[in-house]
Amino acid sequence: MSAEVEETLKRIQTHKGVIGTIVVNAEGNTTLITSTKVDYAGLLHQLTMKARSTVRDLDPQNDLTFLRIRSKKHEIMVAPDKEYLLIVIQNPSE
Amino acid sequence: MSTFFSQTNMLLMSVWSCFFGQDEEDGTEMGEGDEWMQGKTLIKPLDQLDLTEAELKEEFTRILTANNPHAPQNIVRYSFKERSYKPISSVDQLAVHFVLEGNLLHQDSDEARRQRAKQGLPEGGEDAGDVEEGGGEERADSVESKAGKKEQKITNQFNFSERASQTLNNPLRERGCQTEPPPRANFSATANQWEIYDVYLEVLQKQEKNKEKAKAVPKKDDDKGRELKNVPLFPPQSDDITKVAKVAKIIERMVNQNTFDDIAQDFKYFEDASDEYREQEGTLLPLWKFQYDKAKRLSVTALCWNESYKDLFAVGLGSYDFTKQGRGMLVFYSLKNSTFPEYIYPTTSGILCLDIHKHLPYLVAVGFYDGCVAVYNLKEETLQPIYKSTAKSGKHTDPVWQVKWQKDDMDNNHNFFSVSSDGRVVSWTLVKNELVFTDIIKLSLAGAVSEGPEGVQLPIMGKTSCGTSFDFHKQIDYLFLVGTEEGKIHKCSKAYSSQFLETYNAHNMAVDAVKWNHFHTKVFISCSSDWTVKIWDHTIKTPMFTFDLNASVGDVAWSPYSSTVFAAVTTDGKVHTFDLSINKYEAICQQPVVAKKKTKLTHIEFNPVYPIIIVGDDRGYVTSLKLSPNLRKKPKEKKGQELPKGPEVEIAKMEKLLSLLREPENSNA
Repeated sequence: MSAEVEETLKRIQTHKGVIGTIVVNAEGNTTLITSTKVDYAGLLHQLTMKARSTVRDLDPQNDLTFLRIRSKKHEIMVAPDKEYLLIVIQNPSE
Repeated sequence: MSTFFSQTNMLLMSVWSCFFGQDEEDGTEMGEGDEWMQGKTLIKPLDQLDLTEAELKEEFTRILTANNPHAPQNIVRYSFKERSYKPISSVDQLAVHFVLEGNLLHQDSDEARRQRAKQGLPEGGEDAGDVEEGGGEERADSVESKAGKKEQKITNQFNFSERASQTLNNPLRERGCQTEPPPRANFSATANQWEIYDVYLEVLQKQEKNKEKAKAVPKKDDDKGRELKNVPLFPPQSDDITKVAKVAKIIERMVNQNTFDDIAQDFKYFEDASDEYREQEGTLLPLWKFQYDKAKRLSVTALCWNESYKDLFAVGLGSYDFTKQGRGMLVFYSLKNSTFPEYIYPTTSGILCLDIHKHLPYLVAVGFYDGCVAVYNLKEETLQPIYKSTAKSGKHTDPVWQVKWQKDDMDNNHNFFSVSSDGRVVSWTLVKNELVFTDIIKLSLAGAVSEGPEGVQLPIMGKTSCGTSFDFHKQIDYLFLVGTEEGKIHKCSKAYSSQFLETYNAHNMAVDAVKWNHFHTKVFISCSSDWTVKIWDHTIKTPMFTFDLNASVGDVAWSPYSSTVFAAVTTDGKVHTFDLSINKYEAICQQPVVAKKKTKLTHIEFNPVYPIIIVGDDRGYVTSLKLSPNLRKKPKEKKGQELPKGPEVEIAKMEKLLSLLREPENSNA
């Protein structure tokens, strides 16, 4: 089970255009930093909480699946979990 | 008053004179009395009142008081309190008769002191004792007086000295006591609607769990079917990484979506505009390409879409080459992730066919080259099939070419059919823990073979022919078709185990695929390595349509949206798409879909919902292609006329075509 997951994460990291991958836990600590920018963790954590709160306020039975932020330079993808947050930064145009 | 006095006096005097008989010795006293006495005769003043005896005896009370007769009796003072004049109740009655001022001074008074000071204190030596005392006193007094003069203290006459006393003030001490502060923690939370909802859900779940526990104890006979349907609880995950599994999957799909963004857009929205200019022809737009590097040397031997999850399809990998038999694989792909399969099951023997259960999307039946059949449960974590047939349990002795799920039998057990080169059509039932097989039919060579005593005319393959494909009728349950290696197609019924209902001499070589039409109940299609594709009406022994495709046809499939559209793949790497309502003789699209010309296409399947097809080849690749609008034509809507949609239309369409063909036949016949 864990091998599969690790394999998946490795595939993501080696996928075309992916710049960095970060796993953030509930407190905001990061593990698995493959990108040099650590600020992502704290900031995105807050944003995700806000987004999730919004979605659930609109309908409590609903829940946030993922969050994409597309900027000029790259795209940040955040997938929240109960305890963890998986952030991937990709350059989609390559 | 005075008269009264005088009268009584006179009376008294008269009495006195009687008693004493007065002498001239008492002349003085008597003298007065005498004078009085002598004048025995009363001399009445002229203005004396004449009173009667009674009046004379009258007693008059005379009171002696200390009041001052001159004091006023009605002094009135203004009272500010009552704002009126009020008589004073008590009036001062002091009457001063005589005042004489003396010239005595008290020796302690001021004046006395002044005088003494003038005289220079002569009294100092008069009386020693007194003087001392007096002096002492004086000194004290003088001291006092001096002090008094200094301070100007007003003293009274007596000796005044101030005395004060103070209680002892206890010294003040501060005492404090401090306990250890209780441990504090900051707590903050938000109370949103969804948080409340979450808590309620948790409580509900706990309640349900308790109920289940109470129920689970008495009930222990669970159906296997029901067990399969239950969602397995996730085992507690110790490793942190495993918790990220779900999100990792989502992220992977997102990343893929980004990379293949244009393909995803094409898949969803692209419609080939140039189809308007091409009257009848259509094109196939290549979309994703699915490959798994561990499966590179294997060829795709089976494809199947999942009915419930429309983006999931299964690929069976193995080898058609007799000499190169090795392992195989069962791989599941999702359109959402084209780079990596969702499920991977390696197998010991090459897979030749597979089928996904219509209603239970996690049950997959697989037929192997070594004759086994197996059933996989996708929900299980293991890579092993949950059922596998063995030599004991009646597995085929030759490769299994086709498997198909059937409806659950009477006992609600799942079952499926398989056909194999050993000539048997077998039904397998999943009963509890094992596969139970039942021979449905044995394929024997149709057409009596002369069994001459020489044995010359003996059939090549023995008594049984090899089944290479079969298909069950969509509506009529017991009816099915079997294609054989000899090129014949048999129409069979589940009820009859030895005889065929009908036999068609279809092809010259092995029948690779035979498929009923989705809409029209009478029509089926067959393809073979003899380069032809034929369409049949099962009531007529000769084919309705025959198409020659210039290369060995690997597979053919009807489209799920139209009764007249079908596609075929050939070993030269082309996909041929036909629409009989548009063009009865030619394909409306013939397109090579693989880069290298040597790759042979082995299988084709239409997606039940989306306008795409997947094509498998012998290199282990699966290519998905989008059908252009021309290939998906529905009959034109006439203005003002509502076109009935649905299978009836399709059937009618086909029927029209067939009737065109039948008439000349009838006329010929």
